[in-house]
Amino acid sequence: MPIFRARVARKSWKAAASLVKSLGGRLVSLWATDRRPIDGHMAVHAAYTTAEGLAWVTLPLTDLLRVYPGVDDVFAEAVRMQRAIADLLGLVPEEHHDDRPWLRHDAWPADYQPLLAERTGRETFELPQQPYPFVPVEGDGVHEIPVGPVHAGIIEPGHFRFSVVGEKVLRLEQRLGYTHKGIEKRFEGRSPLDQDCARLAARVSGDSTVAYGWAYAMAVESAARCDVPLRAQWLRALVLERERVANHLGDLGALGNDAGFAFGLAQFSRLKEDWLRLNAAVFGHRYVMDYVIAGGVRDEPGLVLDSISRQCTEIRQELVQLRSIYDEHAGLQDRFAGTGRVAPELAARLGLTGLAGRASGQAHDLRSDFRFAPYEELRAVCVSSSGGDVAARVAVRFDETLESLRLVQAIARRLQEAALQGPIRAQTQVGSSEAAGAGWVEGWRGPILVALELDQYGAIRRCHCHDPSWQNWPLLEHAVIGNIVPDFPLINKSFNLSYSGQDL
Amino acid sequence: MWPIVLKIARTGLISESPPEAQLEWRTNAQWIQGELLRLMGRALAIRQVDAGSCNGCELEIHALSNPYYNIEGLGIRFVASPRHADLLLVTGPVSRHMRVALERTYEAMAEPRLVVAVGDCGCNGGVFGESYASCGRVANVIPVDVAVPGCPPTPVDLLKGILAAVDRRASATISTTSPGL
Repeated sequence: MPIFRARVARKSWKAAASLVKSLGGRLVSLWATDRRPIDGHMAVHAAYTTAEGLAWVTLPLTDLLRVYPGVDDVFAEAVRMQRAIADLLGLVPEEHHDDRPWLRHDAWPADYQPLLAERTGRETFELPQQPYPFVPVEGDGVHEIPVGPVHAGIIEPGHFRFSVVGEKVLRLEQRLGYTHKGIEKRFEGRSPLDQDCARLAARVSGDSTVAYGWAYAMAVESAARCDVPLRAQWLRALVLERERVANHLGDLGALGNDAGFAFGLAQFSRLKEDWLRLNAAVFGHRYVMDYVIAGGVRDEPGLVLDSISRQCTEIRQELVQLRSIYDEHAGLQDRFAGTGRVAPELAARLGLTGLAGRASGQAHDLRSDFRFAPYEELRAVCVSSSGGDVAARVAVRFDETLESLRLVQAIARRLQEAALQGPIRAQTQVGSSEAAGAGWVEGWRGPILVALELDQYGAIRRCHCHDPSWQNWPLLEHAVIGNIVPDFPLINKSFNLSYSGQDL
Repeated sequence: MWPIVLKIARTGLISESPPEAQLEWRTNAQWIQGELLRLMGRALAIRQVDAGSCNGCELEIHALSNPYYNIEGLGIRFVASPRHADLLLVTGPVSRHMRVALERTYEAMAEPRLVVAVGDCGCNGGVFGESYASCGRVANVIPVDVAVPGCPPTPVDLLKGILAAVDRRASATISTTSPGL
């Protein structure tokens, strides 16, 4: 992947953000590092998508001030990321638009910043529960519905505060951070080649384990300047597309179910189970966890690739059949159409990304936007829709599944060709010198970034993992405005964002 | 309408017999059903709580409801309230932010209540361990009857763990041995 790094001075930092925005670029992630053990100061980083690739811009805070120019007035999606930086490293933007804590609830005090170098991360505190200042909505007949952190179904924990009149939602405010388990601190001081680090990265969000595993491996490889064998690149794409199909099949069933169509859940969960069982037979794990490793992939697939191809053909047939049933079911379409709409203009302004972005006219997909193996050769197609509602997110899932089935089949065929035979793993060595690397992968939910900084001894100083859910959670708040409360589960499912991936 | 009926008819019944030696399992399951009825007076109701997992375990818990494992066919169902639940299925290392919510969920359950910790994280904290943000294994926060290892445990293992918890409590009640961790 094309990734560029730059260091800027305080006065150019904001200008860089504005320039990216004016050229149609987007904010991928904003984070900070305590680089005092390396070069004596803290640093704030921003990663932007530009037409050429990923621009990783670093602002070293050489004047030792704990403030930096915020970029949330240029990229609104930066607000929560800035709040997280304050919670984890104590750096605050010059002008606050929201200074409430985000990832910190009551597990640690405000004057403790876990990602500072002098913290071991093993300190524990007993603090009373603090009330969180939700934004109040007032008016005749307005009442609040608090939901969570424990939800009624089998879902991750988070709190939703609805302000409603009758059944209509006036405002939704989310409070996340419940599954914050200190992932980023656990990377510190370890060798990037430590197997536990790769395992940790692959568990940032379990449903995107292949994408995270690949992004982490890519970051290590780029820091170590190591090339990946061609065959391994194709095998990686194979498992990434398999992960996409598995998740889309699951979501398509669950979306039917949330609209009262249990038939859809039964059928799609059956297809997903078939798909996972073949994963287990071929790769030894139903979700292909820990298959992508630094330098390549773990092993050769354990089964002839013919069975993969055959299954793609079968599932494609069933998918087409089920799609026509979904499309022609009036009750289902009534629930899908026009529900939870995010207009393309709003999506562009607030940085909606990944699958949900593509359903709101943001036709960006790393697999087709940039030239890298093997997607360039496969000519991966970026699927999009300008509908912006639940129906559009369902349609994009159908189209992407069909496209991924095509890719899986094409990859399985190519892997049997003579040109793609060869090693599946290169030796990776990390020198004992300061280095940095990034991995950027289009997971099923959207682009995932892993940014790695190594200190002068070759140990991890900072490993930042970014999930596209950061960008998309705030848009969910917009999507439900004006909808009725009972449609929230359906709208939420149509985004299907990761709690764990954003809580870290 | 007709395409749906046709699709259902063509798909047929695909639910599988539960794992390993089928006959033995069947007998066991029926015996457990009897014990369940004796103990709880009804089928088993499960309340699932994600106390900080990576959501991998949730994928497999969802899979239990697919037509292959058909957990409802065994008389086991997932419920929305801890007050309706006999068994608490907990995933993840318990994040410090979820500790109180987990304790309250546990407290809200009526006795006799069972707790099954799910996954390597639930068993021993997994890759996340204990830290400023994580309490580690589920047993560090609430009493656990059975812990199911795996990352994530397969649906078959989950089923075994759930039934083992019921079995354990049943035999503990009969022989009045003290339930340990």
